[in-house]
Amino acid sequence: MKAKHQRLSLALIALVAIIGAGLLAMSALKDQAAYFYTPSDAARDHVRPGVAVRLGGMVQKGSIRREADGVTIRFVVTDGAEAVPVRFKGIVPDLFKEDSGVVAEGRFEPGGGFVADNILAKHDERYMPPQMAGEMHRSESLKK
Amino acid sequence: MIAEAGLAALWLAAALAALQFALGAMGLRQGGDTLLPAVRPVALVQAALACLAFALLILLFLRVDLSVALVAANDHSAKPWLYRFAGAWGNHEGSMLMWVTILSLAGGAVSLFEKRLPERTLIATLAAQAAIGLGFYAFLLFASNPFARLDPAPAEGQGLNPLLQDPGLAFHPPTLYLGYVGLSVAFSFAVGALVTRDVGPAFARAMRPWVLAAWIMLTLGITAGSYWAYYELGWGGWWFWDPVENASLMPWLAATALLHSVTVLATRDGLRAWTVMLAVVAFSMSMVGTFLVRSGILTSVHSFAVDPTRGAFILALLTLYIGGALALFGLRVGTVKEGSRFDVVSREGALVVNNLLLSAILGIVLVGTLYPLMAEALSGEKLSVGPPYFNAAAGPLALVMVAVMAAGPLMRWRRDEAMAVAKRLALPALLVAGALAALLALAPSIGMLPLLGLILAGGVAAASIAPLWKRNLRRTPLFIWGMVIAHLGIAVSLAGMASDSAFTRERLVAARLGETHRVGPYTIRFDGVEPVVGPNWTAVEATLTATRNGRETLLKPQARAFWSPPTETNEAAIHTVFDGQLYVVVGKADEEGRWQLRLWWKPFVTLIWLGGAMVALGGLLSLIGRVRRERRAHGQEAFA
Repeated sequence: MKAKHQRLSLALIALVAIIGAGLLAMSALKDQAAYFYTPSDAARDHVRPGVAVRLGGMVQKGSIRREADGVTIRFVVTDGAEAVPVRFKGIVPDLFKEDSGVVAEGRFEPGGGFVADNILAKHDERYMPPQMAGEMHRSESLKK
Repeated sequence: MIAEAGLAALWLAAALAALQFALGAMGLRQGGDTLLPAVRPVALVQAALACLAFALLILLFLRVDLSVALVAANDHSAKPWLYRFAGAWGNHEGSMLMWVTILSLAGGAVSLFEKRLPERTLIATLAAQAAIGLGFYAFLLFASNPFARLDPAPAEGQGLNPLLQDPGLAFHPPTLYLGYVGLSVAFSFAVGALVTRDVGPAFARAMRPWVLAAWIMLTLGITAGSYWAYYELGWGGWWFWDPVENASLMPWLAATALLHSVTVLATRDGLRAWTVMLAVVAFSMSMVGTFLVRSGILTSVHSFAVDPTRGAFILALLTLYIGGALALFGLRVGTVKEGSRFDVVSREGALVVNNLLLSAILGIVLVGTLYPLMAEALSGEKLSVGPPYFNAAAGPLALVMVAVMAAGPLMRWRRDEAMAVAKRLALPALLVAGALAALLALAPSIGMLPLLGLILAGGVAAASIAPLWKRNLRRTPLFIWGMVIAHLGIAVSLAGMASDSAFTRERLVAARLGETHRVGPYTIRFDGVEPVVGPNWTAVEATLTATRNGRETLLKPQARAFWSPPTETNEAAIHTVFDGQLYVVVGKADEEGRWQLRLWWKPFVTLIWLGGAMVALGGLLSLIGRVRRERRAHGQEAFA
């Protein structure tokens, strides 16, 4: 009898722990998963400012500007139809250049601009992660 | 010729794995006893052949034999010999060959050293190990042949991903794989014991050293991988919740849970079904990890070429083995009698809570890792799950687990009094309160998780030494020392993580020649840049002088450009002192001739990896202690 009780209570605790962890995971996932947008997607979907997302597209020709501090750059990501101004503070990857594919990780600002925490640029095809390759391909295919 | 010999060895090894499985399966039937003695030698020869194939592949890489497709795609004659050697597993086919080699080595080691298991359970274990091997041999031979020829042979190889051209490549993958694949032994033990209905304390005592050995390697491999990423990527971070990192963390979590539950089974004959289940889950996580990394559906320096058939192949193997083991578990779990009982407040109780928390964290990491793949497969939506999710979901649970870890070893087996435990915890608790007060006074703006991490680290450090209290230290068994050091290592590592996230100072500057910048306790002067040439790269090397309390240190970070394949990498300059690391990365020059510099001062960050090494050392002491004790107990019969 006692053994049964003990096993039952253990199973219950385990169940509660697993469900609790699952709920915790689900709620965190809902808030924290970063979706991928092109500028057109972003214009259509009205992405909430402050939510972590990825923005992919082409770096518009002639749009890269370096600010006076020497470490902040501004550029425009475009997909031909829509364009989003992006601000990034940091060291950009070597293959980041104008008229080339880029994926920026960061968040939209209330004004419609985008602040990037991280910049991923077109990379040697052989070492390109498949997701990145897919996103980059989407960005590149916008170039006409 | 070498490539053909390698391929032949691989086929022979696969055939022997089939034989090993067949002999074991038939031998376990009624009247098949005469076949049983043949299984052990077959396992040994199979391991030897797999090693031969792997050695031949390494030889091909050392000789830069470009008529072999794999060598042509990944090797280069200008590479230093260490990277030609380690480059043998810096690619898909070679790393899978290493995987299979370690799998067969593990089987060989079991057949050679395992003397405690009953004969029939051992044979069932070896048959299960051979069954796993068969699938992965087939994967190698049909979908990832490392010895395929290339005709005509190119004049020069394409070279190795520059990020991998680091001494870390010689150490991190082999240790990680030894741990990863070493867990197959636990899996096979579980299957074997289910087949012969032999789950009990003797089985647990036999399995424990194997689990420990794999777990030590896994701990070392993860620690080494973390430090490698930290200094090689130049991002200043030591864990990125990259799916590939998660792929190594998940088996570690499961193996850590298994390590603790197997102790309950060995000592108190409790948690029988749960332990068997964990043994299956631990290696299943290794296979899930292999699938994530090797199928090409992910995303990093770890995944090499992309080929959809390979993904499908590994997924099929995964389903077969995990499904098969779980089905066997479902069929046989009714025959696993539950062991002895225990109170909730007891050592066993604490270990159960530890297991639940580890499993919950495992679940959280698994969900977060697979979610983007599921979402893309189901709805085509592209998304990524990163540190915000993992830290928020797994962080709090990890802290609770560490707190339980402090209390567990201070409880008695079977039953204990809550009040007595509280008394034993009084001193650590006092330390926690003191640390809290001190931190709030000294660093009021510290974040919640780092704050809790730091004070817990202090309390846990005290509590983990407590089991040595009033013991005669010279007569304390080695495995107690192992536990104390491993738990202390967790506290040390936690302190490093919390300190890094709470107190790191970061500066991003555009520096002119001769300019100085401050970061943490250092003043850094930018003295200039000059070009440097390496064996297969050129670089811009910056010279910086860091000054702290009048003592100067020279720092030379590089931005390297490799020419085959053409890639650029950052070589951070890292200066290690007792209370932390100064970490400097050089970026690009702008039109005005200013150079971008990224400067970090990371107080006590080294504790993270020191703690990891302590955990592994604790495991090693524990392993030696256990094996010695078993030998002494069974002295005569083991060596008879």
